[in-house]
Amino acid sequence: MEPMRRITAVAAPLLRDNIDTDAIIPSREMKTVSKTGLASGLFAGWRYTAIGGREPDPGFVLNQAPYAGARILLGGANFGCGSSREHAVWALREYGFRVIIAPSFAPIFEGNCVRNGLAPVRLSVETVAELASRIVLDPQAHRLTVDVEQGVVYAAPSSQHPFELDGESRAMLLEGLDAIDLTLKHRADIDAFFASDRVARPWIYPDAAAMDRPL
Amino acid sequence: MVPMGPRSLFEKIWDPHVVRDLGDGSSLIATDRIFLHERTGSVALKSLAEASRPVLDPSRVFCTMDHIVDTTPGRGDSTRMPGGSAFILETRSAAEAAGIRVFDVRDPLQGIVHVISPELGLVLPGTTVVCPDSHTCTQGAMGAFAWGIGSTEAEHALATGTLRVKRPRTMRISVEGRLAPGVTAKDLALHILARQGAAGGRGCAVEYAGGAVRALDMEARMTLCNMATEFAAMTALIAPDETTFSYLRGRRYAPQGALFERAMVVWRSLASDPGARFDHEIVLDAGEVSPMVTWGTSPQHAVAIDACVPQGGASGTTPEAHARALQYMGLEVGQSLIGLPVTGAFIGSCTNSRLSDLRRAATILRGRKVAHGVRALCVPGSMSVKRAAEAEGLDKVFIEAGFEWRESGCSLCFFAGGESFGPRERVVSSTNRNFESRQGPETRTHIASPETVAASALTGCITDPRDFATGEG
Ligand code: SF4
Repeated sequence: MEPMRRITAVAAPLLRDNIDTDAIIPSREMKTVSKTGLASGLFAGWRYTAIGGREPDPGFVLNQAPYAGARILLGGANFGCGSSREHAVWALREYGFRVIIAPSFAPIFEGNCVRNGLAPVRLSVETVAELASRIVLDPQAHRLTVDVEQGVVYAAPSSQHPFELDGESRAMLLEGLDAIDLTLKHRADIDAFFASDRVARPWIYPDAAAMDRPL
Repeated sequence: MVPMGPRSLFEKIWDPHVVRDLGDGSSLIATDRIFLHERTGSVALKSLAEASRPVLDPSRVFCTMDHIVDTTPGRGDSTRMPGGSAFILETRSAAEAAGIRVFDVRDPLQGIVHVISPELGLVLPGTTVVCPDSHTCTQGAMGAFAWGIGSTEAEHALATGTLRVKRPRTMRISVEGRLAPGVTAKDLALHILARQGAAGGRGCAVEYAGGAVRALDMEARMTLCNMATEFAAMTALIAPDETTFSYLRGRRYAPQGALFERAMVVWRSLASDPGARFDHEIVLDAGEVSPMVTWGTSPQHAVAIDACVPQGGASGTTPEAHARALQYMGLEVGQSLIGLPVTGAFIGSCTNSRLSDLRRAATILRGRKVAHGVRALCVPGSMSVKRAAEAEGLDKVFIEAGFEWRESGCSLCFFAGGESFGPRERVVSSTNRNFESRQGPETRTHIASPETVAASALTGCITDPRDFATGEG
């Protein structure tokens, strides 16, 4: 996975609250058993003029010239709520986003972000609104810097906003680590756990013969 | 060993599943059951296979075909969703290659993952249960710690038998008193959502307790826990009791005989101790709950069925979001919900598609006809539910009333890309989500209990189910 340490990029404001995963990637856009091929379906319901079409709706922020190539998205509260589909994060990543800044995130979505190199940055409602209005008012101020290592969003020398990430999420983003490899370092603990659990709670471990008895 | 103070139900499940403390409040938690379905599980299995990582213990992994699978009678592998059969075929081959039990398209035990896993006795009290699906919290009704994960986490659980989990905060919602006649677990769930707001349970493990919860049967408890994800809770759980044990006894994959009795000794200890601490405590009066219906595009946009479209949104809804929801739904502030014409009625989904749901809806439908111009469907949550319903003749009640009677699956609970109710069609639905375009592009969904759906299908407009009260309670 690509490490995510620090980025300076165009930020696009989409300050709706409760942007759910169906809005991020409608189910009709998830056509394959794959993590790729999703970017063109990102925000499809808002981004295009017709359902299933591909004609850009000029009213939607990502179709507006100043936000071309945005890598940072400013969102409203409870970003990523709804279905647990990880396709939402894959679509955002494939489109090019590396950071989502919002007042809060839905828990499953937030976990999916760090596992896919997308930094979920929580700032207060006021700060997100301030950054967004700064961006809207001044085309020169479209770029933000997000430093995951330091835990700071920089809008200007006078505008610095610290944020917190838990240690594990931070490590995964910074190192581009795969959590499975990390966990399998504890394989001995895992094996020991299941060996003693089989004795303590035998009812958890299914009996294959009983399972396949006829209906 | 340090003497332990009073512990909550959640702590009594969490603690013995800690394989290793990872610091930062995170632990490596052993997963007892992993469930997969063809929509998100297929991706996890495929990418695991591509990385040449074996599944650690396939005997505790179960897979079903529910999301994309067709629900019209006589179905096979082809789907209404263009390209959907690829999900079925790839899931089947990946699961078989990994040695995972698949409840396949033609399996008599097939059904919606959150319906079949308790029904088959796969979910047991005190277990940890994960599935790449946000409504996994449904299964907390069995006294399990069950939560929805992403596909990448599912790969992790499959490969390592564990997950890295940050210990959630806890919340207890005690519902005291009794639900009034004609008021169901679905109404209670919507009442709680309207009160808490869509973010009101953020990241918490929510224990439902109190007399009104203990009085619910298992299927109603599942309905209640199902919607915890709608207020951003990590999961919901209910302490197992005699209702749980008698539900479980003799189920196909539950432990049998002496092993069941042995497990019961442990299961009986799974209740929050007096004095257990919670990060949040909420007490509600069940007597205040009415039949509920949603008016907007978030499940928190719920009101008593005889109320009007409210002026302000629910907590956390900005004026902009409120206006947008009204515009999408084609409604105005102050408009009465009762009497609003509907063209669709849907009974199904992991919230309300179990035998008791179908029975209650059928009580209202028996001997009556769906209003002209209403397309009504009943989609049993599993093939076992369907068979049991048919054995009681419920299928005839639905069909004679004018409902379609389907094979089990998620069906029109969500728009997979094939079948839908149509743009701007107003649908009353026993499902859990009324998001924009959830049931099809621009479809307008009103969530309610199965009895409200049945009553509304009969009249062709949103209707208080108590108007059809039969005196059977
Ligand atoms: S019935 Fe609906 S909510 Fe439940 S698992 Fe299926 S799609 Fe999800």
